[in-house]
Amino acid sequence: MAVKEEVIEILNTIIGEDINDQLDDDFFDSGLLDSMATVELLLDLESKFDIQAPVSEFNRDEWNTPNKVIAKVESLIG
Amino acid sequence: MVNLQPYTDPMYFIILLLALLPLAIALYFGKRLSWYEVIVSLVFIFLMFNGKKYHEGYAIILFMIWQWLLVWAYTLYRKKSNNTVVFYVATILAIVPLFLVKLAPVAHWTHVSTLLGFLGISYLTFRSVGMILETRDGAIKEFNPWLFLRFMLFMPSISSGPIDRYRRFVKDITTVPDREKYLGMLEKAVWYFFLGFLYKFVLSHILGTLLLPRFESLAILSASVHHGWSWWLVPVMYTYGLDLFFDFAGYSLFAVATSYVMGVELPMNFDKPFLAKNLKDFWNRWHITLSFWFRDYIFMRLVFMMMKKKWFKSRLTTSNIAYIINMLIMGFWHGLHWYYIAYGLFHGVGLVINDAWLRFKKKHKVPHNKFTEVFAIFVTFNVVMVSFLLFSGFLDKLWFK
Repeated sequence: MAVKEEVIEILNTIIGEDINDQLDDDFFDSGLLDSMATVELLLDLESKFDIQAPVSEFNRDEWNTPNKVIAKVESLIG
Repeated sequence: MVNLQPYTDPMYFIILLLALLPLAIALYFGKRLSWYEVIVSLVFIFLMFNGKKYHEGYAIILFMIWQWLLVWAYTLYRKKSNNTVVFYVATILAIVPLFLVKLAPVAHWTHVSTLLGFLGISYLTFRSVGMILETRDGAIKEFNPWLFLRFMLFMPSISSGPIDRYRRFVKDITTVPDREKYLGMLEKAVWYFFLGFLYKFVLSHILGTLLLPRFESLAILSASVHHGWSWWLVPVMYTYGLDLFFDFAGYSLFAVATSYVMGVELPMNFDKPFLAKNLKDFWNRWHITLSFWFRDYIFMRLVFMMMKKKWFKSRLTTSNIAYIINMLIMGFWHGLHWYYIAYGLFHGVGLVINDAWLRFKKKHKVPHNKFTEVFAIFVTFNVVMVSFLLFSGFLDKLWFK
């Protein structure tokens, strides 16, 4: 599976709804992702892709949409 | 001897703006006068601690040397190694001065207060601890003594925040906003100054200086014959709560406005907190830089650790425990008095209840319309006001003094 699909799958599970049609929506503004869910996301990404995404690297402006998360993960892998 | 307390009288604003004028002109022409900026910061800090407050001046120098050495040493260590114990020791050492200052009034150590205490110590501690945490995470890699000093001693926010972040701040002071952006910032600064005047010198003056003392004496008088209860507590509560907002929000507006003139976008501290729809929403709007500091550096790290080490089976237990610890620490940070700790606990439990309610609402079809929204704002406002009454310490005066 490509990185993109895997990230979307993780996000879908954490958020509890399909986010395929809102890949550029800010999920902090919409309240879909709170601090708890964010930590879950970081932990899931860490175990799935074996990347280090420490909490203080986590800049909300760079992680606020599904597409940005995908881009981040791709840059951290590569 | 001249002593200038930040943002207290008209003279301060005049001197401040005159001192910042060369800086503003340079920024307008695309230059940042770093040296001049540092000198202005230092002079104003000196004036803050001049005269009767000279001992606070020594205390801040002592504090700065301590934090400077600590962050420097930790960054050096972190380049070579990353032991968790060392990280905890560094964090604790960074908090020690603040802890002693908070402990001193409770333990009656007046000499400790005189030796170590100064206006703004809590806020400087946040900045320094934040740097240690980010160095631990590898987000900050180098120790730059010059940028460290500028970050720590940035004058507009030195006494009571807003609490900035090192990497954000450095981005601002190592660049120059383009002319259009800078003019926009100046426009906002003017608006914030005037809004701040209204908040601090009109509204807070009426509420805190004219009304509150009267309500308080009436409450004390009537409580002395009614077993510690008085209906005057109700106006005391609302007046105190509103005064707290206008006083602090007014101060924060001055700090942000001043930093905008200096070409630095210090984050805002308040966003219409009394329109919050629930307690979680409230903490996204009230003393934002403090609450986000706690969210990012305490709550999220705590949750991260608890989930990674699987301390609790359920996600719910994890978040509830994190809420309570988070808010309790915030309570302790305010001071080692029962009412501050009770205030922290109140909000911790409040957030747990709030979360349970939000989950319930998601599962069941709870009616949602304009009326319920106004009702939610009303309930949140009153819950917050009760917590502020607790926070004020007035109950302590009323019942135990």
